[in-house]
Amino acid sequence: MTALAAQSKIVNLKSKIRLYWPLTKSLQTGLLLSTGLAGYMSARCPVMHWYDFLGLGVSLFLAIAGSTILNMWYDRDIDSVMNRTHHRPLADGRVSPNEALRLGLILSALGIGMAVAMSPLYGLVVFAGLFFDVVVYTIWLKRRTCWSIVWGGISGGMPILAGRAFGLGHMDGIGILLALAVLFWIPTHILTFSMRYFDDYRAAKIPTFPSVYGFPVTRATIAVSSVIAALSIGAAGIMIGMEWGYLRLLAVLSAGLLALAVASVFRPSERVNFGLFKYASVYMLAAMILMMF
Amino acid sequence: MKISPLDRILLLLTGLLAAYHIVVGIEGFASLPAIAYTIAFGVLLIAGLLLILLGFDVLDSPIIVIVSTIIPLSLATGLVWQYLASFGTLYLGFAILGFLAVTITRALPIKTKLPVLVLGIVHGLAGLTIFLLPIIWVLTGRAAPGFALVGIGGALIGIGGLLLSFLKAGKPLLSRAVIFRLLPGLLLLMTAAFVAGFAFAS
Repeated sequence: MTALAAQSKIVNLKSKIRLYWPLTKSLQTGLLLSTGLAGYMSARCPVMHWYDFLGLGVSLFLAIAGSTILNMWYDRDIDSVMNRTHHRPLADGRVSPNEALRLGLILSALGIGMAVAMSPLYGLVVFAGLFFDVVVYTIWLKRRTCWSIVWGGISGGMPILAGRAFGLGHMDGIGILLALAVLFWIPTHILTFSMRYFDDYRAAKIPTFPSVYGFPVTRATIAVSSVIAALSIGAAGIMIGMEWGYLRLLAVLSAGLLALAVASVFRPSERVNFGLFKYASVYMLAAMILMMF
Repeated sequence: MKISPLDRILLLLTGLLAAYHIVVGIEGFASLPAIAYTIAFGVLLIAGLLLILLGFDVLDSPIIVIVSTIIPLSLATGLVWQYLASFGTLYLGFAILGFLAVTITRALPIKTKLPVLVLGIVHGLAGLTIFLLPIIWVLTGRAAPGFALVGIGGALIGIGGLLLSFLKAGKPLLSRAVIFRLLPGLLLLMTAAFVAGFAFAS
């Protein structure tokens, strides 16, 4: 009987994890986590302490996943009317709002608590990221103005700033430059997405750049922000002291990003837009991996 | 045609090899060859990534003919600057003019066979340079035998270029499905031959 009860508990836990996992937007969380780890390694390489690295990874994962769940909890009404998101566990009722809220708050508190315990400065930056994402971006601005993505971008830049601040023990210009790179990369990622799912966002009455300023302005914005993101990452790479070989590769990957951004302005198509959206994610991940060397 | 998981793996390996060559393979080269090889392998890397992300449909874009000219032209320019320095400037001039000629003849609505002729001359000369220069250097003892792999890479890039060019010209040598099935493996073999050839050159 005890064995049966234990087995039932394990099955129950597995099904809960399967339900909770999509709430964390694992790919987005993973990408932001990689920026935090890269920020840390950019400060500490070649000397690195694995326990610090592990603590950083766990605390960042908890804080980012927690804020993502809180974001999804608040936006469950939007998700339920959008084709792309109506099947999410919260939107279709498989997870109750209270359950999601509790989970989001617990993960966020654990992540921030752990971060503060590791270093107050690091904890402060992680908290700022969560605050900008949940309160400023999601609750305050997302339904009011398309410019909310700037605040989403600032919160997106916090993990890399936090990682570097944790590695150095203080803030520096390179950390801010790296955060700027992520901030300017965010429009490439988000605006291509809001063009691809234009009808979904319109149905949910969420103001986006394409719905407010039109597609051509949005594409030009993407191109300009891609240039600034690539320049910021390149400048940060040089200031960090990346070897020439890695800088060459970074330049090649940046050229790919710029070529696609320019193509989306002068030869706009759904394929180019989707290619830019996908490439932007690969670019950021690759740039972060290069920062780690 | 849908891209298979195996195709994605082959293209990923191609991209990783190209990235390795950009980071490590050209370390210590003079500026111009390093720039030329970076461009060639960079285009190869980004092309591989786009094929993985968007599938074979990306090859339907008219810009592919122009972009695919960059790889042989910059590789050949790098080789000439590195091994036939006295012809370096002349070859760089040919590469720039050749690229411009391909771009212009592809961009303008020309009804004659001029665009195909220009493409054939530019691709042909660049391809022959990549194929012959390493083999001649090896046969005359001016480079280690492994350098001949660069020539083999040149032959493979020539085969790939011919298959794609004839396909885009509407006179395919093999069916579209067979070409797309072969392409990822061909790209990987070609990149591996180049990377190994440069590594074993001395």
